[in-house]
Amino acid sequence: MPGYQIVVLGSIVPDPLQTLEPVATPQGPGLKNEAMLPHVLDPWAGHALYEAANLAAKVPGSKVTLVALGPKQKLQQVMMAVGQKVPFELVALDGPASGFTDAHEVAAKLAEAVQKLPGLDRSALLLFGGWESASRGAGVTLQMVGERLGIPDQFFGVDELSVKDGGALQILERVEGGKHQVSVCAGPPAVLGWATGNLPEPKNNPQVGMANMRGVMPALQKAPATPVGTGGVKFESVAVPKVARETRVVKDMSPDEIAKELVEWISQD
Amino acid sequence: MSDENVPQRQTMAVDVACVGFGPATAGFLTTLSRRLADASKPPLESAASPGMPLQVLCYERADDVGFGVSGVVTRARAIKAAFPDLDASQIPMATPVRDEKVLYLLDPVGASRRSVTLRAADKTLRAFHGADRDSFELPWAPAFLHKTDGFVFSLGQLLQWMAGQVMATGTVQIWPGTPVAEALVEGKAVKGVRLLDQGVDRQGRPEGGAYMPGMDVHAALTVVADGPVGAVGQQLDEVIGMPPGHARREWAVGMKLVVDLPEDTPLQAGTVLHTFGFPEPEIFGFLYVHPDRVASVGIFVPSWFESPVRTTYRYLQHYVQHPRLWPYLEKAKLRSWGAKSILESGRRGEPFLAGDGFARIGEGSGSTNVLTSSGVDEAFATGVQLAEGVIELLEAKKPFTRENLEAVYVARRRDSWVEREGQVAEKARDGFQKGVVTGLMGMALSGFTGGRMSLGDEPPHPADQIGTLEEFYKGKIPAADIARIRRECAEKGVPLHDALMDRAGWPPVPMDGQVLVSQQDALLMGGKVQAPPGYADHVVFLDPELCRGCGKRVCVEICSAEAIRPGDGGTPAFDREKCVHCGACLWSCPTRLPGTDRVNLQFRAGAGGLHSAEN
Repeated sequence: MPGYQIVVLGSIVPDPLQTLEPVATPQGPGLKNEAMLPHVLDPWAGHALYEAANLAAKVPGSKVTLVALGPKQKLQQVMMAVGQKVPFELVALDGPASGFTDAHEVAAKLAEAVQKLPGLDRSALLLFGGWESASRGAGVTLQMVGERLGIPDQFFGVDELSVKDGGALQILERVEGGKHQVSVCAGPPAVLGWATGNLPEPKNNPQVGMANMRGVMPALQKAPATPVGTGGVKFESVAVPKVARETRVVKDMSPDEIAKELVEWISQD
Repeated sequence: MSDENVPQRQTMAVDVACVGFGPATAGFLTTLSRRLADASKPPLESAASPGMPLQVLCYERADDVGFGVSGVVTRARAIKAAFPDLDASQIPMATPVRDEKVLYLLDPVGASRRSVTLRAADKTLRAFHGADRDSFELPWAPAFLHKTDGFVFSLGQLLQWMAGQVMATGTVQIWPGTPVAEALVEGKAVKGVRLLDQGVDRQGRPEGGAYMPGMDVHAALTVVADGPVGAVGQQLDEVIGMPPGHARREWAVGMKLVVDLPEDTPLQAGTVLHTFGFPEPEIFGFLYVHPDRVASVGIFVPSWFESPVRTTYRYLQHYVQHPRLWPYLEKAKLRSWGAKSILESGRRGEPFLAGDGFARIGEGSGSTNVLTSSGVDEAFATGVQLAEGVIELLEAKKPFTRENLEAVYVARRRDSWVEREGQVAEKARDGFQKGVVTGLMGMALSGFTGGRMSLGDEPPHPADQIGTLEEFYKGKIPAADIARIRRECAEKGVPLHDALMDRAGWPPVPMDGQVLVSQQDALLMGGKVQAPPGYADHVVFLDPELCRGCGKRVCVEICSAEAIRPGDGGTPAFDREKCVHCGACLWSCPTRLPGTDRVNLQFRAGAGGLHSAEN
């Protein structure tokens, strides 16, 4: 079986525990202190990247490329952590990674970057990404990139991908009721928007890091400026979900007790 | 897991391995990376990977660079020398010092434990200046205390900025989230480092298929810069020993809040307030203002504060409510929080700075100056000094032997202002063993005489400085009440400090959910504390019997994050997921192992901690 060209689309988001507060900026809505907040690879894109690396390890000749549109300095910082996890090549686009950027504009730039990948072979192309985003985005960018690349086979909420004899792809997508829909497609090209998948976060591996970083730093150094905006959309107001904080740390309650208390707490509204 | 299924420990060879990315390593890598990127000079080739450029790696324990460190007011002499065109506006939360004051805070609560001398002084001050005065600005402060030509920084943001510059050269690699378990020691030589095992349970036992033994990274030079409580520094102190007459006996834990000030705040960016006198005379404090109405406010609790209930968090809550500070802070909002140990022994705590295959820089190398209250700039300077020496050796193709490192690094350090000022400061704090007033006089005496004169004696081991509750609260809480509080807290499984401070007259803290929040909320809202799974506990109680006989459990009381709590059977319980790695438990453990300077609590390498880069 020939290897896959697995292209993962993913960018960065504020570290999930950070306190987010929308503010107006000259460029449109933004987050207060966004430049100072620690960032991580979007967790949904992270699942996609780890699944991509897992598949590439199983299918000889495969290659994983991470295409990321984000502020170069923050990308560099996040790559210091992500680069230790799994082998990949980075293609960096230097632009904003806020959830207030327009998905159409972002998708156009990402599709362009994918098309420019050296040696791109559509018959081996698997386009991976998160089925959602923690970036306040609408979670539609991946579909639009797929459309722009003319890839009709698209799957979202993916938890599992397996390669069948003959190269067909069997895909488990999340559907309502905690079940999965099983689909089979003939093979690449295909778009897979990952849910959580089934893999734990890979351990930090210094050797992987050393190998990755030989390509990551040059990729960052030549990252083209990629301005994306709000697509002409005017935001009347933006808000983050209301946080109701009532912290207790307990370690000796049974799951039943915790669930009961949560139900009572939620029922107060 | 059968033996054949146990993953083998991998090895890798590099030229230079750095342990920890703090200001010292930032100075080291800034200097070294510039040389490596300088195309006008002959390339420095790797001996570990022939044909490749020099392979330089830095392993940082925290999950990102700039996590788990604290803000700073500094003269930034070494930093400015390395960045001559330094523009504070390019570094988030940085600004030049604009206005600096030293304040003596009186006790408006009446619960502070003040000596007779101090009470008399307070009474005199109020008699002359008005009974309602709560603070006094010192009309003059000695030059050695001033930072007027310096900067207010968030150390987290400064380090992220520096790391970005270093990484952008493409010549060195910095790997956060990668704790170093120990140095690879052969005799008295260091041959590299061993990274921490992953995929293990709390006791460090492999967990099924997830187990990944920490890699052995062989290096011609190991740069030890893991701070005052770092595992590798501790290991080398143990294996190689300390120079005659040197010991680490003075410590403090600094805890701070970073807050958004209200829009109508009168405080200007660059304002710096140093305080002393409250909440306890032994506790110094600070408030400094960053750009965009952000302020850092915090306190230092020292090891010579003999209270067994040294709760930094509760004291910090009372500190911010002092009438001199509260008007600025009552409408402020918490955005970050953190804590960190400071090695205050300075030059007296200096270890062997170099040996075969290793060199030590930064706070763990005894560079902090307690007279000038400055450590970041000194740490950065030692990193620069080592890098200059390393470049000299590399260009001359000389090996990293003890003799060579002493000639190029230690000699540079000895000939620098870090050393000269360190000598002046060496005994400056000894007077605090005899009381706060004597301590302050001793500092002044050392400062004015260039270190030739001082007051007091070298402090004893920190474990021996902790008194009993009965002694500490003598005259404030009867022994019978202390016994009752002990019983009640033991039954509830909670630390003693809140009950004791309530009983001693400290008022309840009016939680406002903005600045005054519970300690657990400070972890979540401020520090965003978290720990990845698959690592062993890094706080370990060696002999449970010794813990059971301790009676003081200062580790529980001082724990910055309530990660150490009363446990079953008298041995404290440790919760790795809450730990901020401040290390205060290490120097607060009152139980020494017989015949050694070591204590029953071990503070090992660990993962996780703060997830805020604003401290």
